[in-house]
Amino acid sequence: MSDPRVVVTGMGWITPLGHDLESTWSQLAAGASGVAPIDRFEAASFPTTFAAQVRDYDWTAYVDGAAIHHAPALNSQFALGAARQAWEQSGLGDHSGLDRTRCGLYLGAGEGVLDFDAHSWIDTNAWCPEGGEVDPVKWAEFASRHLDEWGEVEQEPNMPLWHLAREYGLRGPAFNCLTACAASTQAIGEATSMLRRGEADVMVSGGTHTMLHVLGVTGFNRLTALSTFKGEPQKASRPFSRTRGGFVMGEGAGMVILETLAHAEARGAEPLAEIIGFGSSADAYRITDIHPDGRGPAAAMAAALCKAGLDPHALGDDGRPLVHYISAHGTGTQENDSIETRAIKRVFGDNAPLVPVSSLKSMMGHLIAAAGAVELISCILSMQHGLLLPTINLDDPDPELDLDYIPNEAREADIEVCLSNSFGFGGQNDTLAIRRPG
Amino acid sequence: MTQQVVISGIGVMSALGVGIDALWTAMVEGRSGLGRIDRFDPSGFASQVAGTMEADAFRVRDVVPKTYRKATKVMCRDVELAVGAAAAAVEDAGIVTRAAGGDAEPTLDPDRVGCHIGAGLISAELNELAAALVTSQREDGTFDLAHWGDEGMQNLSPLWLLKYLPNMLACHVTIVHDCRGPSNTITCCEASGGLSLAESRRAILRGDADACLSGGAEDRVNPLALFRQHATGRLAPTDGGGDISGVVRPFAEDAAGTIVGEGGGLLLVESAASCADRSGNAWCTIEGIGCAQSVSDSPLEPSGDAIAAAVSAAMSEARCDPSDIDALAPLGTGIPAMDRAERDGLASTLGDRISDLPCITTIPYTGNCLAGSGALSIAIAAAAIRHQHVPVRLGAAQTPGICAEAAAGHDADLRRVLVTAPSEGGQCVALVLGGASP
Repeated sequence: MSDPRVVVTGMGWITPLGHDLESTWSQLAAGASGVAPIDRFEAASFPTTFAAQVRDYDWTAYVDGAAIHHAPALNSQFALGAARQAWEQSGLGDHSGLDRTRCGLYLGAGEGVLDFDAHSWIDTNAWCPEGGEVDPVKWAEFASRHLDEWGEVEQEPNMPLWHLAREYGLRGPAFNCLTACAASTQAIGEATSMLRRGEADVMVSGGTHTMLHVLGVTGFNRLTALSTFKGEPQKASRPFSRTRGGFVMGEGAGMVILETLAHAEARGAEPLAEIIGFGSSADAYRITDIHPDGRGPAAAMAAALCKAGLDPHALGDDGRPLVHYISAHGTGTQENDSIETRAIKRVFGDNAPLVPVSSLKSMMGHLIAAAGAVELISCILSMQHGLLLPTINLDDPDPELDLDYIPNEAREADIEVCLSNSFGFGGQNDTLAIRRPG
Repeated sequence: MTQQVVISGIGVMSALGVGIDALWTAMVEGRSGLGRIDRFDPSGFASQVAGTMEADAFRVRDVVPKTYRKATKVMCRDVELAVGAAAAAVEDAGIVTRAAGGDAEPTLDPDRVGCHIGAGLISAELNELAAALVTSQREDGTFDLAHWGDEGMQNLSPLWLLKYLPNMLACHVTIVHDCRGPSNTITCCEASGGLSLAESRRAILRGDADACLSGGAEDRVNPLALFRQHATGRLAPTDGGGDISGVVRPFAEDAAGTIVGEGGGLLLVESAASCADRSGNAWCTIEGIGCAQSVSDSPLEPSGDAIAAAVSAAMSEARCDPSDIDALAPLGTGIPAMDRAERDGLASTLGDRISDLPCITTIPYTGNCLAGSGALSIAIAAAAIRHQHVPVRLGAAQTPGICAEAAAGHDADLRRVLVTAPSEGGQCVALVLGGASP
């Protein structure tokens, strides 16, 4: 007996470009940028002063009753909003036969936001200059006075799971993974694997993350991974450009409802896409660098294609490669974009220049753990609309990078099969392959 | 026929030392590793006891290849524990990996070796962060954020952020041992260890790997982590005076809370076929795993229903009923709400059988290492099966409804041991471990 097929029946996102599928899509299709000066904290003196922020978002509009949620922090707030849209679109809420013990969760949610104002005050005032260390007794006293207990609990990366379970009564298997920038792609891949194994009928999956806080920006600035672009912030995220100078921080959440095709059909739900392949690999190389050959990313793409039964070297009846679009990890760092390009060439060989590739991060920044889920959703919308999203700010292409990056303007195309890539700091590589239903 | 998956190597790090034998021997002798915290003055906290390793018990430099020693500088304690556990697991399994150095041929194909590690919300080292923060403190004690962005942050080392990303445990382990297969980081507090094994097994069963280093590690013995546990009322108040062995009282009516620890374990989870091919010596077979999410009013109070659902799923996959289970290895934190969920869930699935089943509880020996604690109890359950022995139980004189009271050790016919873990956040996991096939 072959493994059950797995389909997407609902999707939703909270992004820097909008709080629902339609508004965000129209911004993406127009090649808009969500990058602007940071106003979450006073960042004017930081090496990086801009980011793609989620603005004017009210999570309480997306839940049945806010009171049961114990003051969710941003990651949980974004997750609740994205999940509500996905849940509504799937129609599961109206399905009277839904067995919620067979509905699981697999998220790639990030760690929460530390209360920097409180922590910086506590740490510095408990500091003993004589000993050159923090006085732990003083620190404990200040902490008990200034830190909020729920604020601390909400930093646990598994808290969005609890909020979603609570909101929808989901009692099936629940996992949270955190592999930096690859997390939500990996979550969706593993959730698919669980459905294939019969561990659940429905999985709510995706990611949610913000690192748009003092220590997040500090940490990435110290790593020199963030763009410190000096011109208009909207031009700062420049994947595949000669003048790319690092990624731009984004934030938000993307959630999908995954279910077995049989379960979807039995309740008359319309599949939006089928997950046809998932590949995962580790670079096992260095903590700071990607293997220069693109060994790990290539292995992830190759494994996803193999699972999907797609030959990267073949051409279809229409003369096109069998993959019609790759949503690149495309962070806009020198290293990622070069090596990702190399890995795509390694996998697709002579077909590589024929596969359109673009980076959503040029428009909405890098949503870190949530990036993969949001990018997968954009692939599904691209298939639905017959429109390939552009890589914006690509007015000065890197001569070394010679794939079709869909520069600056969206392009109409018939899109049946897509890959979505996510590669995490530390060498985690994940690729999903999806197909349009029908 | 369903493929069998075994545990073929165990590496643990705990307050009792490095390696499974150190912990097992201590538990057979009834010797707890808990003691008053000596890494910092804990007197500002109500709970001043923890399970920490002796300072000279382990040096991470000693277990990585010479060429990788430089990287140990960017390992936080959680990473050191994982790297130590991996070295011990590889040694116990009798396999050769890249860590052996030179031209040694690896026993297993690196592309077919995965890695799934449970990790916690890692606390940045307080003195390191505070030393940088004080450079931006104003005369009046307030914090100058503008100065921090401009100059202060330069006092943090460039790789500071990479020390504390949860996926760095798996990242370093995959680099040291050249594990290039599927790799993930599970962040579900106490359930992380069991869920990591579930994921490793899933990767093996779907054909993506032959073996995976799997488990979890965490260090909660620092002021911030200690505060977080305190703030939610999870810790037993004690200054370390009196009889330490009675501080953690799993399942007792008067239980006052848990005690934190540092530690964890990595196990080699391997397909039975791969283990047999290399003439490995399996500790036990993983016969079934079940997972479920709790839908309760508080993330700190998981429900018995979720434990029951996890246990039912694990037993159903193992095709066994309560009469086939010979011992329990519950998490048994000593936190009343957590213990209640575990006891109720076990009682509702095991019925009268629960009163015949001796419990094997590890936390009174090691402290609660959160993401590391699941792997510790799985490792000890596997050891109990190999040695056909139930070790000494530390705790209260009476534990109504479950055999978890303090008791002497004894030999026992252990065909199957049921391991359970609820978590802060409500993810629950259960595993049925059976004797290794002859």
